[in-house]
Amino acid sequence: MYSQKVMEHFANPRNTGEITQADGVGEVGNPACGDMMTFYIKVKDGKIEDVKYKTFGCVAAIAVSSMVSEMVKGKTIEEAKAITNKAVAEALDGLPKQKMHCSNLGAKALNEAIKDYEAKVLGKKVEETGAKRRVKRQVECTHCGVPNPITAKFCMNCGEKMDS
Amino acid sequence: MEGITYLDHASATPVLPEVKEAMLPYLDELYFNPSVVYDLGTKVKAEVDEAREKVASLIGAEAEEIVFTSSGAEANNMAIKGIPFGNPKKGKRIIVSAIEHHSVLNSARFFERLDYEVTFLPVDHHGVVDPERLRRTISEDTVLVSIMHGNNEIGTIQPIKELCEVAHEAGAFFHTDAVATVGNIPVDVKELGVDLLSLSGISLGAPKGTGALYFKRNTRFMPLIHGGIQERGRRAGTENVPGIIGLGKAAEIRAGRLAKRMEYLKGLRDTLVQGVTAQIPKVHFTGHPVDRLPNHASFCIEGIEGEALIFLLAANGIYANTGSACASKALKTSPVLVAIGLPDVVAQGSVVFTLEESTTQEDIDRVIEVLPGVAQRLRDMSPVWKEAA
Repeated sequence: MYSQKVMEHFANPRNTGEITQADGVGEVGNPACGDMMTFYIKVKDGKIEDVKYKTFGCVAAIAVSSMVSEMVKGKTIEEAKAITNKAVAEALDGLPKQKMHCSNLGAKALNEAIKDYEAKVLGKKVEETGAKRRVKRQVECTHCGVPNPITAKFCMNCGEKMDS
Repeated sequence: MEGITYLDHASATPVLPEVKEAMLPYLDELYFNPSVVYDLGTKVKAEVDEAREKVASLIGAEAEEIVFTSSGAEANNMAIKGIPFGNPKKGKRIIVSAIEHHSVLNSARFFERLDYEVTFLPVDHHGVVDPERLRRTISEDTVLVSIMHGNNEIGTIQPIKELCEVAHEAGAFFHTDAVATVGNIPVDVKELGVDLLSLSGISLGAPKGTGALYFKRNTRFMPLIHGGIQERGRRAGTENVPGIIGLGKAAEIRAGRLAKRMEYLKGLRDTLVQGVTAQIPKVHFTGHPVDRLPNHASFCIEGIEGEALIFLLAANGIYANTGSACASKALKTSPVLVAIGLPDVVAQGSVVFTLEESTTQEDIDRVIEVLPGVAQRLRDMSPVWKEAA
C-alpha cells in the first residue's frame, strides 16, 4: 500500500519536535478527521535555517511531514513557498489515492508557518482569502472520494449515503 | 509463523489441520455434485448433511434450519433482505443497532431507498442496547429487528434474549449477527429465542468463504439467490462442498473444547488488559468490562492515531487491528467507536487485539513490553498529546 520511501520516512522521521523560539508556526488539519500537523520554522537571511514539526496522524501524514522538513531545510522562503503537495507526494514515490487529500498537508502547514513568519517578523498583512472563495458545486463522497453534485443524496459511484 | 505475534484473529485465523484434512478428499476424488441421483453424488450429499448436523448442534438448532452461505456477510444480507421481502404485509420498518457490522448497516440502509423506515438504535458507553429502549422504539409495523450478539470492535455481548422478547411482543422477526460469538461463547438459538442467526467459518478455524444462516423452522423469507433447489430452495448454486465439510468439522471441534478454550483465552485477555492499562497512561479499555468476548481486548490510546500505531507494531512483529478513520478505506471513524460516545480524537487511537488458542503467554508479554514504547514514540511527536498532557 505504501511506497518504500514512505515507510522509510515513517520508520525514521527526520526533524521531529518543536522550536521554542520559532519565527513562524503553522497548524493545519483537525484531529477529528485523522490528521493534524504543526510546523515550526526558524528563518535567517531569508533562508529556512531550521524546521521542526509535530504530527498526529497516519503513516502517510508522518512521512509527508518528514519529507517536507527535509525538502525545505536551507531553502529560501521563495523556494519553500513553491513546494506543492504534489511535489511532496512525488518525492515520496507516490501516496495511496485516498490519502492524497487528508494526509498530504505538509506543504500547506509549511506555508502557514511562512505566512505566520511574514506577518510576525516582516509585518506583512495577511491576505484576505475569504472573499475570493469559490462556491463549491461538487462534493466528494466520503466513502469513495468520487465528486458528486452537491444535491446528491446518494453517491453516484458507490451508492453510499451522502453527508448533507 | 515463527517470530511473529499475530493478534488479529477476528479478521482471519488459520484453518485447523483436522479441518484441512477433512476437506481434502472433496477437492480431489470426491468431486461429485451432491444434487445428482446416482450413488457417487448421494454419498457426498450425505456428508454435506452431516456437516449441517454438526453446525446445527453447535448452536442448538435442527439441521434443516441451517442454510450454508459464502460468508457471514452473505448470511447477514440474506436475513436483512430476505425477511422484509418475504413478509411485505407486516410493515415497512426495520430496527438495527448503531454498532452493527457493515453488512447489516448497509443492508438496512438499502431499505431506506425502498421507502422503509430504518431506525438505528443507540447504545450506552459500554456499547449495550437497552431492551427498554427497543420497547419504546418498536412499533406494530416493524418487520425485523437485527442486533448483533458480540461486537467485533469493542467485544461487548448484547442481552439478546431480552431484546428478542421485546421484538416478538411486537410481532417482529429477530435476527442476530453471531459471527463473533459462535464458537467463542455458548450460543443456543432456542435459549436466545432468535428467528435468524448468522455465523461465519473464519472465526471457527474453517476456511474463508464459509458461513451459515440459521432460520427458525417455518420462517417466511425471500431467497437472495434464485435458481435450483439447493439448500431446500433457500439458496441456489452448487454447494461449496469442501468449504461446507470444513465448516462442519470446525464446528464439531469447537463444540468439544468450548469451555476449556474460554477459560484459557479469558486468562490471557485479562493479563493483556491489566498490563496495557497499567503501563500506559490515558488509555481507554473499550466495550463492556465483563459481558464481553473472551478472546477480545480493545483500547483507545489518547493522543495518537491507530494506523500509524498498527504499522509500528507490525515493524516489531506484532499484528493487531484498528477502527481509526485513517486505516479505513472510507476514511471515516468507526461508527461503533462514535456510537459509544468517544470523541473522534480519542477514537482515532483505537487498537484491537483478538486472540486464539494458539496465542501464548509470551505473545501477551511481548505486547505489554512493546506497546507502551511504541505509543510513547507517537505521542512524543503528536501536537494533540501536548494538549492532552
